[in-house]
Amino acid sequence: MEPIISFHDFSFQYFSQKDPTLHRIDLEIYPGEKVLIVGPSGCGKSTLAHCINGLIPYAYKGTITGELTVGGQTPDKSSLFERSRLVGTVLQDSDGQFVGLTVGEDIAFSLENDRVAQPEMKETVRQVAAMVDMDQHLSASPFELSGGQKQRTALAGVMVDDVDVLLFDEPLANLDPLTGKTAIDLIDKIHRDFHKTVLIIEHRIEDVLYRHVDRIIVISEGRIVSDSTPDELMSSDILRDLGIREPLYSTALKYAKVPMTADLKPGYIDTLKIDEVRDALIRWHHAQPAHPVEEKGEVLLSVKDLCFQYTKRRKLLQNISFDIHKGEMVSIVGTNGAGKSTLAKLICGFMKQDAGDILLNGESISDWTIKERSLQIGYVMQNPNQMISKPMIYDEVALGLRIRGVSEADIRPKVEKALMICGLYSMRNWPVSALSFGQKKRVTIASMLVMDPQVLILDEPTAGQDYRHYTDIMEFLRGLNHRGVTIIMITHDMHLMLEYTPHAIVLSHGEKIGDDSAVNILTNEEMAEKANLKLTSLYELAMKAGLDDPQSFVQQFIDYEHSNEEGSPS
Amino acid sequence: MMKSKLFDYIEKDNFVYNLSGVTKLICFLLLSFAVMFSFDARVIIVIMVLSFIVLHVSEIKFKQVRLMMYYVLGFLVINFFLTFLFSPRYGVEIYGTEHVIFRITDHYTVTWEQLLYQITKMLKYLSVIPLGMMFIFTTDPSEFAASLNKIGVGYKAAFAVSLTLRYFPDMIRDYNDISLAQQARGLDLSKKEKLGRRLKNMMNIFVPLIFSSLDRVEVVSNAMDLRGFGKKKKRTWYAGKKMTRNDYYSLAFCAFVFLASIAMSVFINHGRFWNPFI
Repeated sequence: MEPIISFHDFSFQYFSQKDPTLHRIDLEIYPGEKVLIVGPSGCGKSTLAHCINGLIPYAYKGTITGELTVGGQTPDKSSLFERSRLVGTVLQDSDGQFVGLTVGEDIAFSLENDRVAQPEMKETVRQVAAMVDMDQHLSASPFELSGGQKQRTALAGVMVDDVDVLLFDEPLANLDPLTGKTAIDLIDKIHRDFHKTVLIIEHRIEDVLYRHVDRIIVISEGRIVSDSTPDELMSSDILRDLGIREPLYSTALKYAKVPMTADLKPGYIDTLKIDEVRDALIRWHHAQPAHPVEEKGEVLLSVKDLCFQYTKRRKLLQNISFDIHKGEMVSIVGTNGAGKSTLAKLICGFMKQDAGDILLNGESISDWTIKERSLQIGYVMQNPNQMISKPMIYDEVALGLRIRGVSEADIRPKVEKALMICGLYSMRNWPVSALSFGQKKRVTIASMLVMDPQVLILDEPTAGQDYRHYTDIMEFLRGLNHRGVTIIMITHDMHLMLEYTPHAIVLSHGEKIGDDSAVNILTNEEMAEKANLKLTSLYELAMKAGLDDPQSFVQQFIDYEHSNEEGSPS
Repeated sequence: MMKSKLFDYIEKDNFVYNLSGVTKLICFLLLSFAVMFSFDARVIIVIMVLSFIVLHVSEIKFKQVRLMMYYVLGFLVINFFLTFLFSPRYGVEIYGTEHVIFRITDHYTVTWEQLLYQITKMLKYLSVIPLGMMFIFTTDPSEFAASLNKIGVGYKAAFAVSLTLRYFPDMIRDYNDISLAQQARGLDLSKKEKLGRRLKNMMNIFVPLIFSSLDRVEVVSNAMDLRGFGKKKKRTWYAGKKMTRNDYYSLAFCAFVFLASIAMSVFINHGRFWNPFI
């Protein structure tokens, strides 16, 4: 069989870059294959995707050496438009990809550009929408849709062209765990039913491996470092060496000193030969020390019977009550629209509750203004580009103090200290534009820290970050937490919740349905289902192995990881 | 919910709704032009009656247009008095005669000529505004771009209009989020702050708004390129409406009204003004 995509000794260098982003890539993908492409941020996997879908060399210019054929065509001969009939791309930002005013229009976009007559177009749109289960929503506007529905619309929008290859760029990045699972299911169904070639670029490997993939290609620093089956990859140390998060159950097996081989079928938790690893797991489980009892500080932030609604019918928050203790690290989880952001906005004073009270150190802050609250409670938005308003790092961090009329002499030590904590001191005179996304995030955190707040609320602190940057940000936040800052995170990342926040509050449809340790929540089937979460694979592993206390196994895993990190010199 | 759509378009089934957007746009332009050109109160009253009939047929609820109506009425009343204040003798100049009703001072004399002029002017506004509302409230925003394209606007420009409708609410939401985040850092945007200072503070919102919008532009333009936007010289429209018999009747009727009003000016009034005083 002829490969549908074939790279031969292929290199690419952006005109704006000093070095090539892709080095001598040799890769063949055959029709009907399902391939997962992984690698740390900046490794070149997006560039590889752009080469396949034709944005390189159409929109991004650079030097190409070697050969690339897609469907028998080379990139300089076939234009982007011809390529788009062969390769359909579903972008990470499915909201940005939604260019129509309604679902129907968006799906039809490519047909419109192709001058398909209206009656035929409507028929095709209806058929394709049915494939992704969106045919009931053709006249809905993007503002009425959930993240998962937008993504399905985007998928339909490329499938109307009857493409052979479907390319998914980080399809899970903006979805909650359960919706992500549904998305992987849908991709799998389309791969099987319509015999498409499927390429998935994603760093949440565990979630993709919920369904079968033929091959996993690992890219690092512009080179392919591994091209193997999931079973083979899980038996190796490649992912861990590159700082890519492997599935948690696989890490657990390695901690338990199970000699990993492809024969154990460790690629998926469902295929794992559990009988052969059970003894090792039980031994490890019994060898772990008991979880130390943590002492809670006094109550810092207390929310009492909080209610909020826009209209009588749409109650956004109903009787929410919880306590957050001094020095805690807490996650607030739930689906989109469960009320997480509303809750944060009420705490910061951006909106006013209809009933209930918010107490800080036992004192009601319900009558405080945004400005007064901001001295005690810092709020960090998901997208740092939405927060940074000064061109220079120093000025950005100093802004809050300057607005409050603090003298420059008093500002300097405070700003320098905040920059030092955030690891930005050496860059204090740099322009913000020279920073990476993660560094910008730290600038926004530093600009909150200068105010010396007691509580820091972060909205999706690690969204869109690969495992290494994720770990950087989270370890930094944990460092802040050890310095006494209480941290609240709004998230739907379950790894984050499990590994970094001992305490989790779960919201669903405006009500609090859980307020417990993260381990207990992620091992509670009923709760997970209500809040669109997914049980952790550690729990599944423990259940399969028949361990006597699967919950404590999950806790042991986390304690083991933490003790290892703290023990290691880095 | 924050206002999520620019216009609250609600689909209905009646004569006006079922017309294509092109028809409504052309009819709106024809009738507005007729009204703007003519200073014949008789012509204008006919068109005004017509436009209120259209408003009635289109079943627009008063609730939808209430706020706009109040603004318009307020504007008209103020306009009426200001016109008299600044050019009380303009009617006399136009019509060339002077029939005094009563005298306030030598300069401010109320004449029949001035009254006719000002009433005519007010009728003009009153006849165009219902037509404008009819167009805005009964045209599906999705169809609007298709309509623009059909009357000869290039499809790229027409699609830009559609994109604006699509992303404008996103921009508003971003603006609100950024504004709140900046206020949380102590930025005062309320009236307590001096105007100059406030404008400077506003900049702190616009800079991040522009940068985050630029990120968006790259994604959107890639998404459009990848799905073949600009591939061909023309494109079809999913939301475009087919022209029906009613469309052609409406167009013919409006063209007739337009021509008739021009004919009135040319052959009967011998100018833009109807002069009952000679």
